[in-house]
Amino acid sequence: MSTVLTDAAPGAPRPARTGRPGGRTRRPRPWSVYLATGTALFFLVAVAAPGVLDTTDPLALNLSQALQAPGPGHWFGTDEAGRDLWSRVVHGARPSLAIGAGASAVSLSLAVVLGSLAALGGRVVGPAVDRLVEVLFSFPSLLLALLLVALLGPSALTQAVAVGVGTAPGYARMVRGQVLSARGSAYVEAAVALGHSPARILRRHVLPNALRPLVAIMALSIGQSIVWASSLSFLGLGVAPPSSEWGALLEAGRPYVAHAWWLTVVPGLVIVALALAATTLGNHLQSLLERRES
Amino acid sequence: MLRRLLGAALVLWGAATVAFAAQVALPGDRATIIFNIRAGQPIERTPEELAAINAQYGFQLPVLQQYLDYLSGLVRGDLGNSYQQFRPVTAIIGEQLGATLVLTASAIALAWLLTVLWVTATAGRGRRTSGFGAAVDTVSAGLPHYWLGVVLLLVFALELRWVPVISDGSATGLLLPALTLAVPLAGFMGQATRTEFERSLAQPFVLTARMRGMSDLGVRVRHVLRHSALPAVTLSGWALGATISGAVVVETVFTRAGIGRVLVTAVNNQDLPIVTGVVVLVAALYVVANLLVDAAHVLIDPRLAKGTTS
Amino acid sequence: MSVLSVRDLNVGFAPRGGATRDVVHDVSFDLEAGQCLAVVGESGSGKSVTARALVGLSGPGARVRAGRLDFDGADVRTFTGRDWRRTRGARIGFVAQDALVSLDPLRPVGAEVEEALRLHGWTSRRRRRARAVELLTAVGIPSAGTRAGQRPGELSGGLRQRALIASAIALQPELLIADEPTTALDVTVQAQVLDLLEEQKRQGVAIVLISHDLSVVARLADRVLVVSGGRIVEAGRTADVLDAPQHEYTRALIAAVPGEHTRGERLSPAPRAALPAPRREQRTGVVLRAEGLVKRYATGRGTHTAVDGVSFALRAGRTLGVVGESGSGKSTTARLALALTTPDEGTVELLGRPWSAAPERERRARRREVSVVQQDPLSSFDPRWTVERILLDALPRSSGGDRESRRARVRELLHQVGLGEDVLGRFPLTMSGGQRQRVSIARALAPEPSIVVLDEAVSALDVSVQAQVLDLLADLQRTLGLAYLFISHDLGVVYHVSDDVLVMKDGVVVERGTATDVFEHPREPYTRELVSALPRLGLAAPEETR
Repeated sequence: MSTVLTDAAPGAPRPARTGRPGGRTRRPRPWSVYLATGTALFFLVAVAAPGVLDTTDPLALNLSQALQAPGPGHWFGTDEAGRDLWSRVVHGARPSLAIGAGASAVSLSLAVVLGSLAALGGRVVGPAVDRLVEVLFSFPSLLLALLLVALLGPSALTQAVAVGVGTAPGYARMVRGQVLSARGSAYVEAAVALGHSPARILRRHVLPNALRPLVAIMALSIGQSIVWASSLSFLGLGVAPPSSEWGALLEAGRPYVAHAWWLTVVPGLVIVALALAATTLGNHLQSLLERRES
Repeated sequence: MLRRLLGAALVLWGAATVAFAAQVALPGDRATIIFNIRAGQPIERTPEELAAINAQYGFQLPVLQQYLDYLSGLVRGDLGNSYQQFRPVTAIIGEQLGATLVLTASAIALAWLLTVLWVTATAGRGRRTSGFGAAVDTVSAGLPHYWLGVVLLLVFALELRWVPVISDGSATGLLLPALTLAVPLAGFMGQATRTEFERSLAQPFVLTARMRGMSDLGVRVRHVLRHSALPAVTLSGWALGATISGAVVVETVFTRAGIGRVLVTAVNNQDLPIVTGVVVLVAALYVVANLLVDAAHVLIDPRLAKGTTS
Repeated sequence: MSVLSVRDLNVGFAPRGGATRDVVHDVSFDLEAGQCLAVVGESGSGKSVTARALVGLSGPGARVRAGRLDFDGADVRTFTGRDWRRTRGARIGFVAQDALVSLDPLRPVGAEVEEALRLHGWTSRRRRRARAVELLTAVGIPSAGTRAGQRPGELSGGLRQRALIASAIALQPELLIADEPTTALDVTVQAQVLDLLEEQKRQGVAIVLISHDLSVVARLADRVLVVSGGRIVEAGRTADVLDAPQHEYTRALIAAVPGEHTRGERLSPAPRAALPAPRREQRTGVVLRAEGLVKRYATGRGTHTAVDGVSFALRAGRTLGVVGESGSGKSTTARLALALTTPDEGTVELLGRPWSAAPERERRARRREVSVVQQDPLSSFDPRWTVERILLDALPRSSGGDRESRRARVRELLHQVGLGEDVLGRFPLTMSGGQRQRVSIARALAPEPSIVVLDEAVSALDVSVQAQVLDLLADLQRTLGLAYLFISHDLGVVYHVSDDVLVMKDGVVVERGTATDVFEHPREPYTRELVSALPRLGLAAPEETR
């Protein structure tokens, strides 16, 4: 209200949004959200029923067709053994997304537990967990993941756990911040003044409000996890070829970069597309939530 | 200030403890592993041979004793000995650290340059331009290093032949690896800075400055940029660590020497002292970077000084 | 020749792909040198948009059309960006609301004044610096040399507002646009800043004053435009408009201003709410008693005593007003009364039993006796909840009842605060400020309290909405026998609602008594200063200078 607060500066003088009862304007969804939804659906189909998108065997060798550039017959080209890259990408969706989703589950579970404990753990547990998260946060995600791979040896499971643990500290800090801001909010104070018990306030206000953004974060984190996991594979520290997991495809194509660019560029592009779709959807969900709150 | 240093020391101690715990947690008998790493294949060893290794690395001592030895070693700047090479970890890392630091420092500088130019040019300029600017931020932030690196390599080194394929010590050789690290980082910093930039543009002091006769660009450069720099500065502290882990990938793509390559080899061989050595080093860099970031915060926003002196 | 001459000014905004929607319609006026024209209206009336259109900064997407828009004889409709940059700052100065955010908070105020000079041809850094100090001294900033090096946050509200004015008049403009120049200030400081603007007027500067505050307008303006919904509803000499308003809207606006003359009367034209009889027996006597409250907070250096020896007694069915400027400790007093924080010394008793000294577990059951209405209702609601859920949650559990009877009670509460059942499914975010504050009051009434603590409960509302809410509170008090602890910085509001008053300054009660005593016969110098600074409608219209 301009009587107490100022109107915003140039560019902003729109009639007070608060002043019109029921006048919440819905912004049209940007085209990027539709594009991202389409991309995500495509990958879901590839995971659930790869046969719909491709009927050939991803591991079928055909040496006469080796290292064909993308073109008719082979959309994405073929590799050094004549395997069809499109087919491998489609069938690689399941292991890649499984690792990504697994890592994301590990990461967010850890984050919720550590973040909530850090914020609500009282005088002893709280600061201790807080410090632990701080220490883990000082290791970059990939480094923490590499440390775990060194310990456990490369495998798909290691990859999911390593990436999950590696990305958890950042999310834990976020959860902690959310819990603290919900706990310090005016609506919690209002609930205290109404005489509600701490357990009830925690259950009905603090946790639901603090954990609500997790839906959006989940989308963001799956995209991130797939990128990190494929980085491990690319370094030869994840699932090994001949798996069709996308990172493994990248690693397998690396020796041929100079002669057969599509072997690295195409699987990379697929990962980029998936990561962007996940980020876009996550951001969109987040902005929907924020608009309802602010 | 004292509390801050104490906090930094605490983080370092925690990092060292995690590093030590990782070494102890290595599954299997460590002496056997060391032999296998050196031989490149599993071979049965006699108890005498194993005892020699155990004595050399102190594995027969109680864990607490090993832990204290490890900590006191750290204080003296000793990170232990490599399992594979018969040399101290500090020597191995020391040889490669310079190249990596040059890479990460240039990447961060480049990222700052890209962020400032892009955000100043596109933020808060109507729906279309700002939306495009933000979309570029999002896409850049989402690009994996390995992919961006390969694409840059294909285009600029193999097709156009502007720069060498293998990144040597030269400045042109540094360009592509640094750019590969800088673009995603600039995307991240751009996202944070843009939000703050647009929030600052809507602040009343911007209107006052315009009413004083200042041009739009003048306000952006002289007032708004400073307000929006804080999140980017905060990110820079984190970015030092993140670019080092990015360097692991980038050094592999561009066959460039550095601790990234050392690390990948070490992880492959389960040469844990090197892995943990790098981890502790990066944690230390992170801590130092964050102390610098705190100092920079106060320079940019003197209002923050009050809270920190206590 | 007029400094400013405007005919049929229209300003509209076009949403993407939509038709232009005008927010300012057919505004016309002339302004002479040495005169002040006030544009008065509530939020959303288009007054700020009008001010910006006058200097070509309506923002992107704005469409400004006018039959004439002349500044000092030049047609500004033809101005290029460059022309504007030469004019703004040099010939037209601008004073905004709160210097804390209207001056760059990261830079020293001196640098901001110097910037105005630098942009208009002062190339010598040394001369700029000297001139900036001169200007800061001229607007009444003591030891301006030192102050020039301090940031807005390091100066008091009055000093930084003066610095803002100094930067606006640095190049001696012919026209000054002042957009709510005193709104964020404490009353005593407000008077000083108005004096400063008056001084500019005397020197021949023309002033466009944008304000929602009729008392400020009464002090400074020669002529008034009353705007509502982007249209001028009334225009004329200040004294004429304020003393004998012609338009219905203007009359309602003036009647809505609370103060001495409105005590015991209704502020809004809305009819008295028909309220159901109270659900339980009304209490009598003292319901809340505070003795020697002290509350300290740890700060960077040592401790800060926010509340220092405050005592009061609140009687059933009465209103105790607590008035003070920012930092006087009045909000901490409210929190102590609510037992949201415990005093370091002293006690609070609720209905004759220990309150501050009781353990929280025991207090919880008794909290239904004391409710609170906070300043910002929106943040006090869980953003995920609808109005119905908010109110259901506030019903005391002990009252029991099945689901249907609890819902009926919620509808009854809405009815009491003048809201319809249609809001049950709404989220507070989608409601207007006045509606939200009504929901907040309904929530406070839900546990059937004896006491309601109102912490700046009407401060964020437009004057006409504030009038309705104040009327509602009066009705509720009469029917339900509520005791109010009414915290506010607004003297007029406190005078209007209170039976008894505490005046606070720096955590200490400096004066207490019945409202009439305190406001009519203030004993303490500080209270006298406050009351004399309280601008009164119709009493201080400036003399005609023409």
